[in-house]
Amino acid sequence: MTETPGFRWFRRIILTFLTVFTVLPLYVLVVTSVKPLENVRGLFTWVPERITFQPYVDMWSTIPLARYLTNSLIVTISATVLALIISVLAAYPLARLRFRGKRVFSMTVLSTQMFPGILFLLPLFLMFVQGEEILGIQLTGSYTGLIITYLTFALPFSIWMLAGYLSAIPEGLEEAAMIDGTGRIGALVRVILPVARPGILAVGVFAFITAWGEVLFASVLTDTQTRTLSIGLKLYTSQVDTLWNELLAASLTISLPVIIAFMLVQRHLVSGLSAGAVK
Amino acid sequence: MVVKIPAKAVVSASTALGMVAALTACGSGEESGDQTLTYWASNQGASVEEDKKVLEPVLDRFTEETGVEVELEVIPWSELYNRILTAVSSGDGPDVLNIGNTWAASLQKTGAFVPYEGEDLEAAGGEGRFVETSFATGGAEGEPPTSVPLYGLSYALFYNPTMFEEAGIEEPPSTWEEFTDTAEKLTKDTDGDGETDQYGFTMEAGSERQNSHFAHVLGMQQGGQLWGDGPSFSSPEVVDGVKMRLDMMTEQEIVDPSNAEFSDGTQSIGDFVDERAAMMMMQGSARTTLASRDFDNYEVAQIPMMDPLPGEPIQSHAAGINISVFNDTDDKEAALQLVEHLTSPEEQVYLSQEFQTLPVATEAYDNEELQSESMDTFRTILTDHAAPMPLIPEEGQMETVLGESIAGLFADAATGSEITEADVRKAMEEAETQMNAAN
Amino acid sequence: MSTTEDTEEPRPRAEEEAPAAAPEDSGIRKRRRRPDFLPYGMVLPAAVMELLIHIIPMILGIYIAFTSLTQLTIRNWTSAPFVGLDNFVRGLDPSGALGSDLFQSLLRTLVYTVLVVGISWALGMAAAVALNTRFRGRGVLRTLFLVPYALPVYVAAIIWAFMFNQRDGMINRLLVQDLGLLGERPFWLIGENAFWVLVVVSIWRLWPFAFLMLLAALQSIPEDMYEAAAIDGASTWKRFTGITMPMVRSSNAVVLLVMGLWTFNEFNIPFLLFGDVSPDSARLISPLIYEHSFVNWNFGLGAAMSVLLLAALVIASAVYVRMVLPKGNGND
Repeated sequence: MTETPGFRWFRRIILTFLTVFTVLPLYVLVVTSVKPLENVRGLFTWVPERITFQPYVDMWSTIPLARYLTNSLIVTISATVLALIISVLAAYPLARLRFRGKRVFSMTVLSTQMFPGILFLLPLFLMFVQGEEILGIQLTGSYTGLIITYLTFALPFSIWMLAGYLSAIPEGLEEAAMIDGTGRIGALVRVILPVARPGILAVGVFAFITAWGEVLFASVLTDTQTRTLSIGLKLYTSQVDTLWNELLAASLTISLPVIIAFMLVQRHLVSGLSAGAVK
Repeated sequence: MVVKIPAKAVVSASTALGMVAALTACGSGEESGDQTLTYWASNQGASVEEDKKVLEPVLDRFTEETGVEVELEVIPWSELYNRILTAVSSGDGPDVLNIGNTWAASLQKTGAFVPYEGEDLEAAGGEGRFVETSFATGGAEGEPPTSVPLYGLSYALFYNPTMFEEAGIEEPPSTWEEFTDTAEKLTKDTDGDGETDQYGFTMEAGSERQNSHFAHVLGMQQGGQLWGDGPSFSSPEVVDGVKMRLDMMTEQEIVDPSNAEFSDGTQSIGDFVDERAAMMMMQGSARTTLASRDFDNYEVAQIPMMDPLPGEPIQSHAAGINISVFNDTDDKEAALQLVEHLTSPEEQVYLSQEFQTLPVATEAYDNEELQSESMDTFRTILTDHAAPMPLIPEEGQMETVLGESIAGLFADAATGSEITEADVRKAMEEAETQMNAAN
Repeated sequence: MSTTEDTEEPRPRAEEEAPAAAPEDSGIRKRRRRPDFLPYGMVLPAAVMELLIHIIPMILGIYIAFTSLTQLTIRNWTSAPFVGLDNFVRGLDPSGALGSDLFQSLLRTLVYTVLVVGISWALGMAAAVALNTRFRGRGVLRTLFLVPYALPVYVAAIIWAFMFNQRDGMINRLLVQDLGLLGERPFWLIGENAFWVLVVVSIWRLWPFAFLMLLAALQSIPEDMYEAAAIDGASTWKRFTGITMPMVRSSNAVVLLVMGLWTFNEFNIPFLLFGDVSPDSARLISPLIYEHSFVNWNFGLGAAMSVLLLAALVIASAVYVRMVLPKGNGND
């Protein structure tokens, strides 16, 4: 595409603005995390009076950060993997097969995006409690309850995106496999999934992020043992004080793996979304 | 072949669900054995971890005495209320738990807690053990309380003696008039750049809780109260009480307008430590924060009173943390024993030193380790000059609605609007309407 | 990290594929005559999860709106007395204290949603267009722009709250001290400005999502369309309105809908920025309902208010879908 000078200017201005907008808070995050606490408390300074990595050491003992990190990883990864399996299964027939109730199903699933979390938080909790009594499965204060909640939160958008993506894959691919005697599921697993990898990756990232930062449901469905990071970080604020530097150091530490993972997959992410989104 | 395909689909579906079930096994919590109690403690010290260290020896002594193990969970305040909600609605809670004492009447209504009466009250130490004003916070008047005090707290005036000396002030103020004079002397521009950088007083003007507490205290000094048959925030007395505190920021200018943003209960302490302000009114537990900031250049005095005093000599609400036993406990006897142990004079001496609270057992005050001038001050305020916040189920909501509406007035004041008595009355009336509409 | 040039793997193009419906007379179809359970088996797990986690709790929530579920009844919630429309009358009467608050908040939330979604979309689109061209450093920027979205929302909210602190925060330092644009330090987190803080923080979190989705959509537009237009002498703006916008129309429609629904229900950002109770100027509807439900333990009332919120969203979405998405959501 040919670039006019006007376009170049537009590009320069918009990208500069967005870079500043994005980077300012990130800069504050990084610079505050290496300041000693006395320096954090007064007027904000652009450059630390002295750089200390003590917050990065202390943050592990102030709160059981490692445990929260483990909890978050267990919950988020399980929810993501399960959400992927379930949404691939659901997206495939939506993209490829004909069945009664298809439209109703897809519209219903998408419309759950409208439900205000605040409305079904308490009912969900109450149902979990009933479920515990009937099934004998611990759902509140356990990983299980949180995992099934988060995986479901990710489903509507994931199914919609994957259905779009899968229907963009030429049908000839699995037909060839099926003529060779493979069943539909076999064709899906062996032929379609490898081709759909970017789409699945994109959906996985979405599901991961949905679960990783959730606050409202985690605050009701977890206890001390299963508390996740997004609410555990609050504990740097006690009745007594807020340890801003440790809080931000911990924030940065837990965000880095996610950001790095994001960087690694972002190339595939865009192409994965691309095919799904055009439908 | 044809039949096989759906079967596979079903298999894969059930695998997914199976994984959920499998995860269950690792997620489920351990059932409490017959001689184990679960105890939810509130976060009193610098961190949840610190609190555990403080409480563990106390609980070990309990286990030694009774053979009953205690599983401790320290819950931060930001979560405690929701956790209690989940425990109450599910019946799956701890055996013993701490509550903010202003929640007592509200939680009493749920019927989830064991009422302390008759033998049960005796088992928990008996009414005679407790400081009277603290004991009164246990629940609605005329009903057996469902909580007994665990940690006593009261507001007091903290001041910086060095700054007082520099300004030539000898005594902490005891009336509001003196308070204003003192604070005005202490409010100044220390570096001569034309901007006031030292203030006489600092407060958490954005904190719903502190705002409500002082509406209560000053309203009572004025001769009114927050709650009669219903909300009475717009009574002339309460309006005057609220206005007194607003005037400190607007008319007397002895409070930094920045304080309108202070809401987490520690920011004004920060100003006090940094000597940006010479006085603050905080609960005794603020001493933990002061200690954690290595600051000991302070003294405490009683909260000023109106002179002449049209109303009651109240300086603080009877603040503190109470302790309740859950109705669903499997072992009420042991649970009450734990309450008895935690509120016993011996443990109270230890706990009050660790958490900078006041003992709730009268006897503990005789202990030598607790003899100090500041302890006397706090004790006098709690026993002689404290009244509980209204003992009504709507208390929590009242603090939110009333406190937020006062915070809103402070926000207006800080952004330069003038706040007249009519403005205060209007805000109070609106808060009343809110309360009435919701109940 | 390979962030430099475009090495995206080949992806299926929409225009290559046949209509999505299974062809009637394909080889597989012929081999079977019995009713086909396969699609139902495959959507079953999703249907079960949706039913358990979304739909049943939702119905239960609507039921609660008709009961008096308060601290008096929460312990035995199944026997909370049925009070008919009581909660709706009390909570939704526009002339009452609660109702007028609620409708004000609804209106405020609407303005908030339009601003946040509109600006996020515009920023996302601008960035996507800019980054859909080749130049040095575009890979770095593309990654950077996604960071706010990857950051846990708690972290995002607390950094901004820290920055907007009136006396010591970075924003006021920048505006008053460093740039000298303002003489006095304004308050951001209380009073009227709180609303704008909320909008800014929400945009910061949301626009990368729009950017990501729109960039993906742009990349599926064949390059030769632009080349042909360029030969015809169409200006950059013409190409944008004539090719880009129509080509991303359906992505746009869904991205806007989803972002709109998320934003309208936003709870985390105000809750983390302002705590249990937001300042009046920034009180959105979800936190308001939270206050009634979880601070005051008046769940019936809170549920009645949520039902109104839900109804508003259903109507708005229905209208939107009719107007913008004439052919459904594209999955059938």
